[in-house]
Amino acid sequence: MRNYYLIFITILIGCSIQAKTIYVGKSGNYTRIKSALQNVNNGDTVIVSKGLYKEGNIIINKSICFLGKDFPVIDGDKKYEVLSIKASHVVIKGFKIQHSSYASLDDPGGIKIYESRNVTIEENLLSDNFFGIYLQYCSACIIKNNRVISSGKQEQEIGNGIHCWKCDSIQVIGNKIAGNRDGIYFEFVTNSLIWRNISFDNIRYGLHFMFSNYDAYFTNCFTNNGAGVAVMFSNHITMMNNTFRENWGDAAFGMLLKEISDCYMAGNQFRNNTSAIFMDGTNRIIIEKNIFADNGWGMKIQANCMDNVIKHNNFMGNTFDVSTNGTLTLNEFRENYWDKYEGYDLDKNKVGDIPYHPLSLYAVIVEGNPPAMLLYRSFMVSLLDKSEKVLPSLTPDNFIDKQPLMQAIKL
Amino acid sequence: MNRILKYVILDIIKNKIVIFYTILIALFSWSSFSLEDNAAKGLLTLLNIILLTVPLVSILFSTIYIYNSSEFIELLVSQPIKRSKIWYSLFAGLAISLSFAFILGAGIPIIVFADFSKAFIMIVVGIFITIIFVALAFLSSILSRDKAKGIGASILLWLYFALLFDGLVLFLLFQLSDYPIEKMMVIITALSPIDLARILMLLQLDVSAMLGYTGAIFKDFFGTQFGLLLSFLLLLLWIIIPFFISLKKFKNKDL
Repeated sequence: MRNYYLIFITILIGCSIQAKTIYVGKSGNYTRIKSALQNVNNGDTVIVSKGLYKEGNIIINKSICFLGKDFPVIDGDKKYEVLSIKASHVVIKGFKIQHSSYASLDDPGGIKIYESRNVTIEENLLSDNFFGIYLQYCSACIIKNNRVISSGKQEQEIGNGIHCWKCDSIQVIGNKIAGNRDGIYFEFVTNSLIWRNISFDNIRYGLHFMFSNYDAYFTNCFTNNGAGVAVMFSNHITMMNNTFRENWGDAAFGMLLKEISDCYMAGNQFRNNTSAIFMDGTNRIIIEKNIFADNGWGMKIQANCMDNVIKHNNFMGNTFDVSTNGTLTLNEFRENYWDKYEGYDLDKNKVGDIPYHPLSLYAVIVEGNPPAMLLYRSFMVSLLDKSEKVLPSLTPDNFIDKQPLMQAIKL
Repeated sequence: MNRILKYVILDIIKNKIVIFYTILIALFSWSSFSLEDNAAKGLLTLLNIILLTVPLVSILFSTIYIYNSSEFIELLVSQPIKRSKIWYSLFAGLAISLSFAFILGAGIPIIVFADFSKAFIMIVVGIFITIIFVALAFLSSILSRDKAKGIGASILLWLYFALLFDGLVLFLLFQLSDYPIEKMMVIITALSPIDLARILMLLQLDVSAMLGYTGAIFKDFFGTQFGLLLSFLLLLLWIIIPFFISLKKFKNKDL
């Protein structure tokens, strides 16, 4: 009987509320977005045609579909937050949103979503905003196929591309993000997915996690950022099939892992970074089937990392495969391929018969004494490294891969 | 001067050791480019070989050559020719022929495999290293009349620049690790032509970006036009100073 009631009520609601479509533009029902928004109800669709709309801060507080036709431009004039969404079930699609104000107190954004659910931001162009897309206290939102491009020069002058604060179940998919402070920033965000984004030329990090647990990022590309990805103070993060390229500089890392635990990392590619992975206070993470190629340092593992397993990775053409700052070794390396391995395989089981020491003496020296980089590739250094390989005396002797592979793994 | 230079060059070109050196360096270069899968790495491997073999051959061959031609020099001195002219011609002859051997052996594969700007600097650096060690050979051979002593001094000089200097730098680094010595290190590199050449070349090969903070300091210094000019000037000083000391000694020497 209850079910019948429900169906009846649904039909009743369906009849009583007729979703209408409102056109904004020169030939539409309204010429201004704000006046159109004053006359909408939940479930309506607002279609904005091409043009420049400078109307200060536009607030959407009904569950509407807000669509742009041929990318109408909404301009914040560098004085206002451009679009504020304060309702659930809103769709924003097809706008060019530019020139939000700049303020470090209330963090204005191109699109800012306040305490809402099920908001979809799709196929928008956000250029030169302080923050691109800002979500606070939101859940089940989708940020898809947007382009967030800024041209910040200094960290304090520019906000993040996509910024999520205290959110849950967010999907960030297929966005292109450049020139912000952090490309994507997650703080206190749980159960969320970051998939197929391209984040490049950002001042600080391509992707930044803080206190965010149970998240995953797949198949993203991080190029030429201050650091590719920083995962800090988080746990249970899954990182797969991402590409980290050309993150150059002294404090630049492909991936920076700080105080994180219980994560899984697989199938990533690290190429041409100063340091591919920097691990500090990282516990119980599994790193497998990744490619480390042509980096300055393959992995920098600080001595405060524990119980990490590094297996089935390819290390090729790195200046230093691994480096560490202490003698304590609590991590496990096994069955990786190291192109610098010079051992043999008599029983032909494709696993080297003698263990590989990934830590070269010179790597240890440089870690403790950075100016020693001056001697990089000098004859003296190669001599030292060779003698250390034969008789390890200064490098920790348990820092080894007992079963180094003879051939690179096909990944 | 031209005629003496001609005799010297002709004499050296006929020398089997120079031909052997050319072939050896060519073999090294072609094989290091074909062994590595990309040209930049090949260039790095080659750099290591060049920085080891070129100084050794240049300094040893020149020292021995000067000692062996002592009779020829005595003969020339008895003629109405200025002493400095004789010394200049000998130096030019050795420098030109050994540089030519280097260009023939290593220059061709470098130009074939590496891109132009890197190849250019590499070849220039190689020629500079050749001439610097010829100049050092002149210095060590003028210091003593005894051939064994002179050759010994040359070998020691080579050993010092190729190996011992780096060891000393490493020692210094450890001793002074508590102080900010990065900038001082830039100056110290100028004290060894081999190190200077190596860093100049590394910065061209873009590996420098991987060197972190120290690399950044080097890049700030050597990577700029001014730095490049200055380091070539320093290399030039490494030719001029030893040669002119030897010239001064030769002028006043009782043969």
